[in-house]
Amino acid sequence: MSRSEHLRLHVPEPSGRPGHATDFSYLHLSPAGAVRRPPVNTAAAATADLARSLVRVLDDDDKAIGPWAPQLEADALRRGLRAMMKTRIFDARMLLAQRQKKISFYMQCLGEEAIAIAQAMALEPGDMCFPTYRQQGLLLSRDDIPLVELMCQLMSNEIDPIKGRQLPVMYSYKRAGFFSVSGNLATQFVQAVGWGMASAIKGDTKIASGWIGDGATAEADFHTALTFAHVYRAPVILNVVNNQWAISTFQAIAGGEGTTFAGRGVGCGIASLRVDGNDFLAVYAASRWAAERARKNLGPTLIEWVTYRAGAHSTSDDPSKYRPADDYSRFPLGDPIARLKQHLVAIGAWSDDEHERVEKALEAEIGAAMKEAERHGTLADGRVPSAASMFEDVYKDMPEHLRRQRQQLGV
Amino acid sequence: MSHASDALRKTPMTMIEALRSAMDVMLARDDNVIVYGQDVGYFGGVFRCTEGLQAKYGNSRVFDAPISEGGIVGTAVGMGAYGLRPVVELQFADYMYPAYDQIVSEAARLRYRSVGDFTAPLTIRMPCGGGIYGGQTHSQSPEALFTHVAGLRTVMPSNPYDAKGLLIASIENDDPVIFLEPKRLYNGPFDGHHDKPLVPWSKHPMGEVPEGYYTVPLESAAVYRAGAQVTVLAYGTMVFVSEAAALESSIDAEIIDLRSLWPLDLDTIVASVKKTGRCVVVHEATRTGGFGGELAALVQEHCFYHLETPIERVTGWDTPYPHAQEWAYFPGPARVAAALRRAMEA
Ligand SMILES: Cc1ncc(C[n+]2csc(CCOP(=O)(O)OP(=O)(O)O)c2C)c(N)n1
Ligand SMILES: [Mg+2]
Repeated sequence: MSRSEHLRLHVPEPSGRPGHATDFSYLHLSPAGAVRRPPVNTAAAATADLARSLVRVLDDDDKAIGPWAPQLEADALRRGLRAMMKTRIFDARMLLAQRQKKISFYMQCLGEEAIAIAQAMALEPGDMCFPTYRQQGLLLSRDDIPLVELMCQLMSNEIDPIKGRQLPVMYSYKRAGFFSVSGNLATQFVQAVGWGMASAIKGDTKIASGWIGDGATAEADFHTALTFAHVYRAPVILNVVNNQWAISTFQAIAGGEGTTFAGRGVGCGIASLRVDGNDFLAVYAASRWAAERARKNLGPTLIEWVTYRAGAHSTSDDPSKYRPADDYSRFPLGDPIARLKQHLVAIGAWSDDEHERVEKALEAEIGAAMKEAERHGTLADGRVPSAASMFEDVYKDMPEHLRRQRQQLGV
Repeated sequence: MSHASDALRKTPMTMIEALRSAMDVMLARDDNVIVYGQDVGYFGGVFRCTEGLQAKYGNSRVFDAPISEGGIVGTAVGMGAYGLRPVVELQFADYMYPAYDQIVSEAARLRYRSVGDFTAPLTIRMPCGGGIYGGQTHSQSPEALFTHVAGLRTVMPSNPYDAKGLLIASIENDDPVIFLEPKRLYNGPFDGHHDKPLVPWSKHPMGEVPEGYYTVPLESAAVYRAGAQVTVLAYGTMVFVSEAAALESSIDAEIIDLRSLWPLDLDTIVASVKKTGRCVVVHEATRTGGFGGELAALVQEHCFYHLETPIERVTGWDTPYPHAQEWAYFPGPARVAAALRRAMEA
């Protein structure tokens, strides 16, 4: 036995950094339509190939092909496109508001719109999502959440529904199946499993959908979630949004090098898919497949969505410091909005004119909502929820010590 | 110029630059020093404290870690057992909870349970405190969760000079050190007047920092401002808030910057309270079970017969740290001044 070799620490590095382009061959793409679609009652172990390949529906000619192509009416597709456009315009407007200091902080989902929106369309009323801060699409795809209300949360103003307690984007909407967003990464993932277990315990029909980023899968809560979901065959969709970056950290540092995040699911006994997250049709189809499994007591499904964080991590971040400034333009899976639009145009269900008209209408709608929201104040002008309200909801009933402290503050 | 005088030459530094300089000095002096954490490698940390260190020392000494605070501290305990001196960064103190088991059950007790066979000479850096509109997950001051644990050292600097000297002392120390960095002080001595421009460290004497190696010893408090009428026990941001309160209330307060929270420099505290006969304890963390309670108990035990008035506590309220109501939550100069006045009554 030789003892002469010196050990070395391996630290993964992205191929691209400012000044040299990323080699995206590490993504290992499959052609559209090439990946098989097993029946929903497939065994977890039999999905090993699906956890390495990439489910795609839209091909380079904008056609929907292969076994995963969903049977969706053109009307539903137009709704999906409109929701993605709305989300993108909303994000752009809120970034501007942040620069104008009307809101303190913002996080956009640029380039990732298809994932939350197509999945929202695949879920049923009553299902519960446990999102991260980047799933605003779950809310913006609905018509029952007023834009003004979202903006008031972002501006922490007098009618902020969560009373200025949380950073912008940390919405809470039980009535819309949207669990209160935590600033602590990964905690919600295992909670989604618990919600699904509760639904099973009660013999209910609702399912849960948990969300996590590639970076946050390194937290213990991610692995614990997989264990519990597998053990109790929890009715839950376990979404891993692999947008390649976690702030400045490349996905290989979260463990993506030479393997996939979907592969972790298979290792834990969970049926798993790796899917093109910028392909609206593939997202919808895979979400339906997973939802059906959950509803039929077939247990959890883990889906890795391959996408790209096209914008900065947050308004506090400058990605040109750690990745090529034009990286997104080279990302091989393109832009989810452009891809769905071209598909709709190709099937004769959409036109450039209509696209422009909808864009204008959405811009006007969002601009008007912003005006209305600003009438209730912004963090900058100090018209925020009262200082007295800070002491509420710590407990159900305010204990004596908090009453005393509130008095001491003189509010 | 000789090497020694080079090292002692002072340069203006922000607290960020001072912390970076401390790690730079120690990475150069000791091959066993390793720096890692989320985003600390290529990018240099979200607060830029490790900027340039990976380029200088290579990526097996300065590197990015997966987003797992438990993993970061757990691996640091293992590296410590091997003989390294890991200096790890947790991105915010608010995110230390997944690491708490490794800190409390492992790092803090390793020496004790193995009778010194294994030790955990780690330094765990984490930005703490509010004042940046960070909401409940970027504002917390969890120092009491560390001072309560036997075997940990808990340190919190209030200025660039101390930050560098204390960080070097912490890295050299053979015990696990929790190194809390008040992020509101990274760029200047913030005194709680959020509506006024921040004075940069370059305009403050404690922003003059030697370029080379020096230490500020652990377990030593500093009399930040000498005074005769009342002793203020503070640390981190509250040192400058208390200074503003003393000036604005025209009360001649003696402000003690604890620097090391635990184990601490009791002698300096006791000497001051015996001199002034009055004591105000200030911290940003929530009140109940906060470190201020321990300080009040110590002063009571050691100075009871010298006290003219009850010990006052000024703290954050017992609520989560709110986002929009930040300045109603933050114990600013007005609240500290009111406590100084109460302490002066009778
Ligand atoms: C427990 C915890 N650790 C660290 C952070 C700081 N943090 C916020 S977002 C983030 C990166 C997350 O990346 P990823 O999971 O890939 O999600 P993405 O931002 O790409 O959507 C980090 C490190 C946090 N919020 N919580
Ligand atoms: Mg990510």
